[in-house]
Amino acid sequence: MQLLTDIISWTTILGGSFFVITGGIGILRLPDFFTRLHAVSMPDTLGVGLIVIGLVVQTGFSLTSVKLIMILLFMLFTGPAATHALAKAAIHGKLEPLLFNKEESSSSS
Amino acid sequence: MRKTISLLVLLFSIWLLLSGHLEPLLLILGGLSCLFIVWIAVRQDVVDHEGHPLNLHPLRWLRYSLWLIGEIVKSNIDVAKRIWNPKLPITPTVTVLPAEMIDLGQVIYANSITLTPGTVSIDVQDNRITVHALSRDAAEQLQRGDMLRRIQHVIKES
Repeated sequence: MQLLTDIISWTTILGGSFFVITGGIGILRLPDFFTRLHAVSMPDTLGVGLIVIGLVVQTGFSLTSVKLIMILLFMLFTGPAATHALAKAAIHGKLEPLLFNKEESSSSS
Repeated sequence: MRKTISLLVLLFSIWLLLSGHLEPLLLILGGLSCLFIVWIAVRQDVVDHEGHPLNLHPLRWLRYSLWLIGEIVKSNIDVAKRIWNPKLPITPTVTVLPAEMIDLGQVIYANSITLTPGTVSIDVQDNRITVHALSRDAAEQLQRGDMLRRIQHVIKES
């Protein structure tokens, strides 16, 4: 039984860590501000989500797991607000998003 | 009045879950602080349909949440694949989506779009949402309006 919960929780925690690392690599690889925003939202959702699920499996049915789930809910509610604030600030700062069509025409010319 | 009572019950249950104390003295103190906060909220006049939406259908809301979690998982995998692909196959697109509904629906819609990786809502104006998408597929999927229809179903009859 202990082994089973360990296997489940470690799989989900490692899966979550993978998405957090992928988000970091995305920030490094993607070309401009707006595309990088998409990479940031990955650790915010599935990264945190899987890690919290793994921790809940470890703690079992207790008040601690309720607190962990509350942390997850707050992350899910505040994440989009922060991302939207960043995107709107960039638009107001007259930052032009890099678009696929423009890129295509500039590379063909 | 209904909203005030439900706010009190909600605050008290959150307090109970976070503290875990069941001694009578602490229960009374916790209840009193919840009452104090509700009193402040009523005096500030923030207990309305916007600050405390009660008219959402709970079962429909649950079904929408489960569907949204599924979408988040799918788009996470999609964006992760694009990032790990050596060719970096991204096609950034900006589209404008129609969103004619009440404020609460627009909030849920814009938040859901931003919550799914690969799409970010940039601006909400005149019942339209401007969206930046990492790939053209993600933008087309939003334009099909599946998410919009589900949200209209959630907020119906309110």
